[in-house]
Amino acid sequence: MGQDNKDLMIEVKGLTKRYGNFIAISNLNFSVKRGEIVGLLGPNGAGKSTTLRILSTFMAATSGTARVAGFDIFDQSEEVRKRIGYMPENNPLYTDMRVRDYLKFRARLKGLGIKESRERADTVMNECDLTDVYRKMIGQLSLGYRQRVGLADALVSDPELIILDEPTLGLDPNQIRAVRQLIKNLGTKHTVLISSHILHEVEMTCKRVVILNQGKILASDDTSHLQSIMGQAARIVAEIKAPLEELKSAWKDFKGVAAVDISAASGDFYRCVLSFGAEASDPREQIYEMAKENHWGLRELTMQRPSLEDVFVYLTRSQEEEEEEEEE
Amino acid sequence: MQVFNTLLRRELGIYFGSLNGYVIVSTALLLVGVCFSDLVMRLNMEPTDMTLTEMFFSSWYFWLIMLLSAPLITMRSFASEKSSNTYETLMTTPVTDIQVLMSKFCGALSFHAIIWLPVMLSMLILRFYVNDAKVVNIPSVFTTYFAILLVGALYMAIGCFSSSITRSQIVAGMISFTLGMGIFMLSYKALYIMPDTGPMLQLLTKLSLADYMNDSSRAILDTRPLIFIGSLTFFFLFATYHILQWRRWR
Repeated sequence: MGQDNKDLMIEVKGLTKRYGNFIAISNLNFSVKRGEIVGLLGPNGAGKSTTLRILSTFMAATSGTARVAGFDIFDQSEEVRKRIGYMPENNPLYTDMRVRDYLKFRARLKGLGIKESRERADTVMNECDLTDVYRKMIGQLSLGYRQRVGLADALVSDPELIILDEPTLGLDPNQIRAVRQLIKNLGTKHTVLISSHILHEVEMTCKRVVILNQGKILASDDTSHLQSIMGQAARIVAEIKAPLEELKSAWKDFKGVAAVDISAASGDFYRCVLSFGAEASDPREQIYEMAKENHWGLRELTMQRPSLEDVFVYLTRSQEEEEEEEEE
Repeated sequence: MQVFNTLLRRELGIYFGSLNGYVIVSTALLLVGVCFSDLVMRLNMEPTDMTLTEMFFSSWYFWLIMLLSAPLITMRSFASEKSSNTYETLMTTPVTDIQVLMSKFCGALSFHAIIWLPVMLSMLILRFYVNDAKVVNIPSVFTTYFAILLVGALYMAIGCFSSSITRSQIVAGMISFTLGMGIFMLSYKALYIMPDTGPMLQLLTKLSLADYMNDSSRAILDTRPLIFIGSLTFFFLFATYHILQWRRWR
């Protein structure tokens, strides 16, 4: 079977794809463990779809190697395809087929027997909430239902790895929530690799994220670890009713405060935005105790962790600055 | 074999599950009907030593249907999959390029065979009423049908090839028609354009599809054109296979 590391579902080494002079992806290296939900994050044109197309064996890389479930994507592409469920971008489907017939057809293509394909089609229709429309033509379905048909197709052979390219593209907020929940549920049984340009989505669904920009990996880590890349663990917002000078000196003496920004708020309150160092633990209890001891009014005390969006902007800006420096 | 059968059923489902298939069949049958009644009228008006099958396959109706129907049948095979991106979902399942190619080719050829089946049945019906072997010769009906399938296989292979090189069905249809017409025109170049006898005329005569159809309609089965048409069919299928393979290398 040629399996080097049984814990790894995807192992990418030096993957590069060129279209003429244009480099779509350059020297990608990352791995995905079995059972992980990993997000491939990046702006449009970052190389996400190209990476997924190569991993799903649809196209070959210019150089580099990748293994899926221990099989080489080029030399053992059929073995790889037996183990993946892939939903491409824009979710292309045969619109002239009925939902159940389409899923049975796909299950047969993926090597399932007649009875098994019927059973699996019914199971995935239940999982993806498609039972109401099972006799409808795919072309007559709404976008949300079509997306679910695409997901059901990716699941129908119960594959080890599910690859989803922009799975919530074009959906309304309720449908997006439903699809996200479905992806989260998939993570209990399958390894999932999803691509998205929506940072919030990756933050909500994935344990780990690979950030791509202009065909290069900027970062690859757990979402919580990535947030600490920015050098700050958290930002605290506190609205306190106190004399301004006393408040300023209190923050000066407060342990772990890296920076503070005080602005006037309504009703004699001051809005304090406090930045703490990466090593600081949650200081909210101490802030509450401090306000209580000084008999200050406290009406808001919230922690704001840096979002993945902050991390993404921070990383892409750093890359641009590095490139500018190199040019100079 | 499971994958091939599943894909073949899907291909036939496209033809018979949509209006397109019925439009092609009914148009072909309309032309055949017009041709058939025309020939029967001619038989009533003047004596001839040709059988009905011979008359039919030497008429321009037959070649009109053949040249027009082949691009219409095959133009969507790969081009529509590529333009709708379903080709990506198809090729990321455990199917091989050869299974996809053969299912599309066999699906198109089966549809072609179904289009021409009523023509053969009408010959047999006429034979039942006329009861004269000089009008309709039964063995010639079968050899003709075999020749239709063989020439059809060549045209379907050309159609699949044309469809594999573009994402546009219209462009695929035009390429298929031009290539098919070009091969067909070789027959007439031999008959009309080059009156002198020489090696070129001999070569073109050997390549003449019209001559082959005429021979078959007289119940003559010659292996030479059979090998020629078979080789040409294989060539176009082989070229299509390599175009499908090329996708992985772009």
